[in-house]
Amino acid sequence: MASTKTSAPVAFSDLLSALKGRFGDVVLAHRSDFGDDTVVVQRERWLDILQFLKDAPSLAFNYLVDLTCVDYFGQEPRFEMVVHLLAFESGKRLRVKARIPEEDATIASLAPLWRSANWLEREVYDMFGIRFVGHPDLRRILMYDEFEGYPLRKDYPLKKSQPRVPLLSPEREEEEGI
Amino acid sequence: MGLNIDYEHLNQELKDTLQKARPAPPSGFVMAKLDEAIGWARKYSIFQYPFVTACCGMEFMSVAVSHYDIDRFGAGMPRFTPRQADVLFIVGTINHKQAPILKRVYEQMCEPKWVIAFGACASSGGFYDNYTTVRGADRIIPVDIYIPGCPPRPEAVLDGLIMLQAQIQQEGYMNKRRALRKQGFKELHGQH
Ligand code: SF4
Repeated sequence: MASTKTSAPVAFSDLLSALKGRFGDVVLAHRSDFGDDTVVVQRERWLDILQFLKDAPSLAFNYLVDLTCVDYFGQEPRFEMVVHLLAFESGKRLRVKARIPEEDATIASLAPLWRSANWLEREVYDMFGIRFVGHPDLRRILMYDEFEGYPLRKDYPLKKSQPRVPLLSPEREEEEGI
Repeated sequence: MGLNIDYEHLNQELKDTLQKARPAPPSGFVMAKLDEAIGWARKYSIFQYPFVTACCGMEFMSVAVSHYDIDRFGAGMPRFTPRQADVLFIVGTINHKQAPILKRVYEQMCEPKWVIAFGACASSGGFYDNYTTVRGADRIIPVDIYIPGCPPRPEAVLDGLIMLQAQIQQEGYMNKRRALRKQGFKELHGQH
């Protein structure tokens, strides 16, 4: 496919120094494997950093490709937010991560920056129980409202279901006395 | 004024009329038990309600249209309101979120009604065994026929349909009606 890029992608090292120049030591770790650039940043500056990545003319990561979360059960801090960005102009991609502790499972919402973050963050809230500060409408999106717990957390019982109608035959827990 | 009635003659006339009204069946007629006739009519005029939720739906479409043509078995007419349907086809994965919907659809169907679980997911939950999936639609509503396969071959679906037809045929409308009447009477007037 013919390239439609109108500007050269910024080098990863330049991106890192731009972040350092603007915020100081917010980048806790970074790596670049097979062309995939990743930065792990401080959770406290999450919104500012993403705003900068989006708005700085030399970076212009204007498209939020995906937003999700990982549960590293047993590690400290336990959760990790993952955001995938794309700059339409240059074609550059970037992965931004931040760790979230279990005791204070909150992070700033990106919904003010990208409207698409609204539903993605609702999904993360639904599945992992991360609370997004500043989200306009933080409700479950996939599971039903009566559902208790967060099913993609690693400590959610693998086979535990929460039926909404009385079942004609018992569920696994009852069958096997779990 | 006395009436002079020839009872003997009248009797004879009545006998003759009855004889005429109930002749031996001429060729071209079929005599059958009412039960069987009703069963036969029902099994070839199935109005189905396809409750399609997942990938099995593709196979359902292939069964329904001209390649396999479910209409050859008298079940070609999908109804999109449960109130007009006889057979509920549960096609695809049923999750806990939509379980109340499926139950309501079933409850809205009028008697007589039958249910087919189409595919592994509808029959048993398939390979999904976690917080989302109902492990078999028969945990929510009664199911008459289970069609295995992920998804089932169209031939398997037709086989299942023929099995259901056999079941419908021998269900015995009159007996069932009598039983229901009795049950309704009991419910209305108590057990005595
Ligand atoms: S049985 Fe297989 S094909 Fe059918 S809905 Fe389940 S996963 Fe899909």
